[in-house]
Amino acid sequence: MKLYQSMRMALKSISSSKVRAFLTMLGIIIGVSSVIILVSVGQGTTSQITEQLNGLGTNQLTVNITGRGATTSLTYKEALALGDIEGVENVAPVITGNVTAKHDTDNVSVSVEGITPSYEDVKDFHVQAGRFLLDIDTEYRQKVALIGSGTAEDLFGTDSPVGQKMQLNGISYKIVGLLETKGSSLGGSNDDKILIPISTAERQLQSKGVRSITVATTTADTVTTVKDKLERLLNVKFNNADNAFTVFDSQEMLETVNSTTDTLSMALAGIAGISLFVGGIGIMNIMIVSVNERTREIGIRKAIGAKKFDILAQFMIESIVLSGLGGFIGVGIGVGGSWLLGKYSPLTVSIAWNMVVISFIFSLLIGVIFGMMPANKAARLRPIHALRNE
Amino acid sequence: MSASEPLIQVNNMTHGYKMAGESMTVLKDLSFTIDFGEFVAIIGPSGSGKSTLMNMLGCLDISDEGSYLLDGQEVRKLSDNKLAAIRNEKIGFIFQSFNLLPKLSAAENVELPLIYRGLSHRERKQLAHEALVKVGLEDRMHHRPSELSGGQQQRVAIARAMAGSPPILLADEPTGALDTRTGHEVMQMIQELNKQGHTIILITHDLEIANQAKRIIRIQDGNLVEDRRNAR
Ligand SMILES: Nc1ncnc2c1ncn2[C@@H]1O[C@H](COP(=O)(O)OP(=O)(O)O)[C@@H](O)[C@H]1O
Ligand SMILES: [Mg+2]
Repeated sequence: MKLYQSMRMALKSISSSKVRAFLTMLGIIIGVSSVIILVSVGQGTTSQITEQLNGLGTNQLTVNITGRGATTSLTYKEALALGDIEGVENVAPVITGNVTAKHDTDNVSVSVEGITPSYEDVKDFHVQAGRFLLDIDTEYRQKVALIGSGTAEDLFGTDSPVGQKMQLNGISYKIVGLLETKGSSLGGSNDDKILIPISTAERQLQSKGVRSITVATTTADTVTTVKDKLERLLNVKFNNADNAFTVFDSQEMLETVNSTTDTLSMALAGIAGISLFVGGIGIMNIMIVSVNERTREIGIRKAIGAKKFDILAQFMIESIVLSGLGGFIGVGIGVGGSWLLGKYSPLTVSIAWNMVVISFIFSLLIGVIFGMMPANKAARLRPIHALRNE
Repeated sequence: MSASEPLIQVNNMTHGYKMAGESMTVLKDLSFTIDFGEFVAIIGPSGSGKSTLMNMLGCLDISDEGSYLLDGQEVRKLSDNKLAAIRNEKIGFIFQSFNLLPKLSAAENVELPLIYRGLSHRERKQLAHEALVKVGLEDRMHHRPSELSGGQQQRVAIARAMAGSPPILLADEPTGALDTRTGHEVMQMIQELNKQGHTIILITHDLEIANQAKRIIRIQDGNLVEDRRNAR
């Protein structure tokens, strides 16, 4: 009952100086809204990266070969032999390079990957028309190619590319399949490329060896043991040369991303804490001013029977309403801003509802903590001193 | 509230202030009693200690020495919260400068002591309404003090003082800020309240005003120099 009255009085006193109240709340508003937006963007980006990493497969390793020392490369046959390691289900060695692809008068510079048929399963990348490459294509160095949907559109427009011919650096290839459209991933566009048999690619690209090998393990659990075995084997092969190869493990990457995100979250929480603290000081400041301005009012209230607690409650409620209202507006701006960013910017945003709750509660707490001192000062004023203040 | 005991019993009350290291005694060994239903004027020149005495009688301050029994209860021993409760229930204040809260309407000002008493919304509304009707301001209930004349503001203050029917009304120079005519109206209202049974303690430096009371206590330099019944 009395609390309800105090609440009404607090609202009345706040609404009687709206500009001042707004400026006071600004610190909290900025603190709360920026925390929500930053964390929402952070969460969105993290979940996007996580999704992409998971998309790479949880039971996959990627070996990148840079080649150092006496032995600088791995032939694709040596690469395929890695499939004999215990726990390995499949290997997909890849030779990469760039060529100019030509059809009629259309020219396009495009990346080429020399692959084996295992690529289809390991990368989960299929054709939408025609056929995939076969073992026989690799064995006989056939000049056949699969074409990405983007490159196909560049060279053939809306015509079906399957069965057509094109020149890669002047050498004629027959297109046997059109790849499905995959969009972009961490490695760039999946649709602007051409796949040819790895044996053909060795000649075409005059490449000495395999650049990357994707290794699929039988289960996600064996990834680490397979990784160890792979590294040991390759170290022998490259005579322990430094930086001859790297083995990339999407699980490990995920952990790195997560720990980076955790650090980032801590930093954000720190910034949030500081800005809310500053907002709290603003509230304390204005409450002290308010108590001083209203010394006489406090005296009158006390003279007609207000107890210490009544005055304390009045000013505490005023401070909590100020900070709570600031928090509420901050939540509105934060959620609205995050939503707008998600909709109209290239950022991936996932609204951090836990942060919404936490920062709102935090802003209420700020009101309690920073209102305490001024409210206590008001409650302890002696009525005659307060009344004499004219 | 036994009828035999006086409402107010002041014995050897002494009080001083320290200002700039110098201490001065403002109330000097005052002793007097006031019974239920009395209408007492405390008169004296400016600076004689009248307001200080009123602060003591109104439980706004505690004297340095002496005793003050209000309704048989020693005030000097009470906690701040207990004093607040006594002010709320037993005393209605009427100040020279009205002391209304500027952001509240007349009705809300009158309700304020009733809120602190913990009355329900309905009771408050009703008592405040009755009090404002008594002072003739029912058509100004929702006006703020700034929208009222001085006389009207003082009538709101009187309504606030009496809304909770406290036995004692303490008025410190209630007409001091008013012109003669409105001052007269306010005095009539106070007379009326006394007739209804409220004990009135009126503080003034104006003999003409004081003469409207039934009893006059005169203080000078903090001493009680005269205490007489008014013939009228
Ligand atoms: N809180 C105070 N602190 C210091 N001196 C005070 C205080 N209140 C009153 N006085 C002094 O005490 C004397 C009596 O004041 P007051 O009781 O207000 O007299 P009156 O109301 O009769 O004019 C004055 O000299 C005044 O300056
Ligand atoms: Mg005075």
